[in-house]
Amino acid sequence: MMAELGHYALALALGVALIQAIVPMVGAARGDRRWMAVAPSAALTQFGLLLFAFLALMQAYVTSDFSVLNVAANSHSLKPMLYKISGVWGNHEGSLLLWVSVMALFGSLVAVFGRNLPPGLKARTLAIQGLIASGFLLFMLFTSNPFDRLFPAPLEGNDLNPLLQDPGLAFHPPMLYVGYVGLSIVFSFACAALIEGKVDAAWARWVRPWTLLAWAFLTAGIALGSWWAYYELGWGGFWYWDPVENASFMPWLVATALLHSAIVVEKRDTLKSWTILLAIIGFSLSLIGTFLVRSGVLTSVHAFASDPERGVFILLLLCVSIGGSFALYAWRAPSLAGGGLFRPISREGALVLNNLLLTTASATVLLGTLYPLLLEIVTGDKISVGPPFFNATFVPIMVPLFVALGVGPFLPWKRADLSPVLRLLTVAFVFAVAVTAAAALVVWGKAAYALIGIAVAAWLAAATVTEIIRKAKPTASVTWGQAVRRLGNLPRAAWGMSAAHLGVAVVVAGATGASLLTEERIEAVRIGETVPVAGFEFVLTDVHTAPGPNYEATQGVFHVAPTGLTLVAENRKFFSNGQVTTEAAIESTLWYDLYAVLGDPAGDGRYTVRLYFKPLVPWLWIGSTLMVLGGFLSLSDRRLRVGAPRRSAAPAQAQPAE
Amino acid sequence: MTDTASPKPTSGRRWLFAALPLVLFAALAGAFFYQLRYGTDPKLIPSALIGDPVPQTVLEPLKSDKPGFGPDDFGPGSANGQPILVNVFASWCVPCRVEHPIISALARERGIPVYGLNSKDKREDAIRWLNELGDPYTRIGYDPLGRAGIDWGVYGYPETFLVSPKGEVVYKYVGPITPQVLEREFLPRLDAFAEGAQ
Repeated sequence: MMAELGHYALALALGVALIQAIVPMVGAARGDRRWMAVAPSAALTQFGLLLFAFLALMQAYVTSDFSVLNVAANSHSLKPMLYKISGVWGNHEGSLLLWVSVMALFGSLVAVFGRNLPPGLKARTLAIQGLIASGFLLFMLFTSNPFDRLFPAPLEGNDLNPLLQDPGLAFHPPMLYVGYVGLSIVFSFACAALIEGKVDAAWARWVRPWTLLAWAFLTAGIALGSWWAYYELGWGGFWYWDPVENASFMPWLVATALLHSAIVVEKRDTLKSWTILLAIIGFSLSLIGTFLVRSGVLTSVHAFASDPERGVFILLLLCVSIGGSFALYAWRAPSLAGGGLFRPISREGALVLNNLLLTTASATVLLGTLYPLLLEIVTGDKISVGPPFFNATFVPIMVPLFVALGVGPFLPWKRADLSPVLRLLTVAFVFAVAVTAAAALVVWGKAAYALIGIAVAAWLAAATVTEIIRKAKPTASVTWGQAVRRLGNLPRAAWGMSAAHLGVAVVVAGATGASLLTEERIEAVRIGETVPVAGFEFVLTDVHTAPGPNYEATQGVFHVAPTGLTLVAENRKFFSNGQVTTEAAIESTLWYDLYAVLGDPAGDGRYTVRLYFKPLVPWLWIGSTLMVLGGFLSLSDRRLRVGAPRRSAAPAQAQPAE
Repeated sequence: MTDTASPKPTSGRRWLFAALPLVLFAALAGAFFYQLRYGTDPKLIPSALIGDPVPQTVLEPLKSDKPGFGPDDFGPGSANGQPILVNVFASWCVPCRVEHPIISALARERGIPVYGLNSKDKREDAIRWLNELGDPYTRIGYDPLGRAGIDWGVYGYPETFLVSPKGEVVYKYVGPITPQVLEREFLPRLDAFAEGAQ
């Protein structure tokens, strides 16, 4: 019954979304306020209906109602409650439902919090949201209905892929979706502004918090996914350049660029058409990512069960939304007036450099992801593009970005002189050189490239700290006591920026340690045997079985000298389908991770074990947390909350198209 | 960017820049469409068995009233010179349930012999499953531990092999056989054998 009601709510939501797409748009074109006022109430109604549908599906999962095909295919009565709930979005249909629900949530947030938006802009933004939602709802209802029944109902479900039964993965998809969908709001704002033909500082002010919110959630989502890959896949890697990882990374890179270019629009009223383009591309890349994952066009470890029928439908969706917005851009962008001029060496110049490097990096990732597809079309060869390509192209683009990132925040708007800034940064430079020299002593002869990563990280961290100190103590006449007080009074946005930039430095150090400084040993050992790794001695002391809720675990116990730690690595064999997952045993300290994996029995009482010493890996997660924290700090700045910007011009009226 | 690089670019250049994303996207969408329509499925993991004789594994029967199968049940002299499908299934596999009616129709309407390979399953569960949904198979081999699955190179459930009348594996499909897959992958190959036989 609930499933049918859920299905019904979906169909109703489609009707409401269509009204939301059409009526306010027409109203804005005619300047009819009453028609425009339909937008907020439609957005709220749509959200209510989708929330109901989502809860209906969740109820089916929680009660293990296997007469619903989706539940039977993805759940199991023995599964712990957390994974029954996360199973709702652990599959194609359910994740789409989550996607549209989050989208409706954002739409209703714009409806509620956007009271001071000009009515035309608000109506058009919500109308475009409604249009995108209609596309997704049509897609769901025609090809991917989560409420399909199964008759006769099986006694037991097929279970969620055990790899996904993990706390990291339970929250990874919702975070990413909030990020993707947050970008859809920015996209809708951009399209609405193009239709109005008006992009100004006020527009950038409204768009910035949404970008920031989307960016923070994307960052958190990507970091969670990476953390999961690190401890669950058992190979000790944190990033595999898999097409689906790339699909989330490209929008992140573009969102990062957008975050910065929107500042230029806000403060200096320039880079407008570029910022609009980034806003469109950010969401477009999210959509292309969805297409790649769900159409079966590319193969990947994450690929959902897919069929070409769905692929054609999503492609159609892409053509309408991306093609439509780019066409709108081609038509309206040339008439957007440019604003203030600036010299290459200036805050604007630094932000342009940031944008150029980030978009180039994003284009590189896109090329690497799509290259196998394009090559197959042209020559028919099947190849895969792996980490070597990305390491050789992506890293050289990011290194100058990180170096420049240390300098950028010091530069004033319009025009700057580099030499006084560099003088301020002398201490940071000396610090970076000293850290690199010290690191060279440790890693000498092992990994020369790692020194570049460490140098960049140390430089960026020191420069970021220097910058916040200079904000507190702008001149020599400010005493240190006053400086500390000033530090407390700095706007949260300033702290947010510093935290995020510092986070980048910490992540760079962590990535360097994880990819270049790791030491590993793979051995077949008997119980009681010792394996030395990087100065630690791992002893396999015991292997035994232990029961779990819906699996049986084989546990390998390692004692590590000289720390005296005990590590317990598990292999879990799930009852439902016999699949085995690895739970690496990880001991984290501030400076390194010890990482142990129990492999298969190698015969004659021996077990294959993989043991790793992974320096700086915890910094990946610390740095990511700092970045997310920076995002939220900046978001909580009262300027964004209170500073309801008013447009100086008269309220936007519908303007003729030409 | 155009408004910063050169304050007053010619309007032709502005249009060109503004239209560039649209052009690039159109090309990309074209490539996607081509791949969806005419491209090969990336999930078709090339099977090492293709072109080789069937594996030398003998499988015990699942049910007392229906034989299992081994290498001697393929090739000339078996199945009246017809191609044979080997369908890997298990009662716990939900996609197997999805393709079951299609497999049944193939066996019933086209008279194609289908051998079932019941893998990693409990015998009573599998028999209950067949009693519930119908049993389209000519022979059913029982492989409780998945050993035969390894010999056949089974990658996922369900999976279907096409074995030529000569006893060579000519094709395999991973995943449930949907009407589209049947139309696109299986029927043309089966028709080719039927024509070859005449």
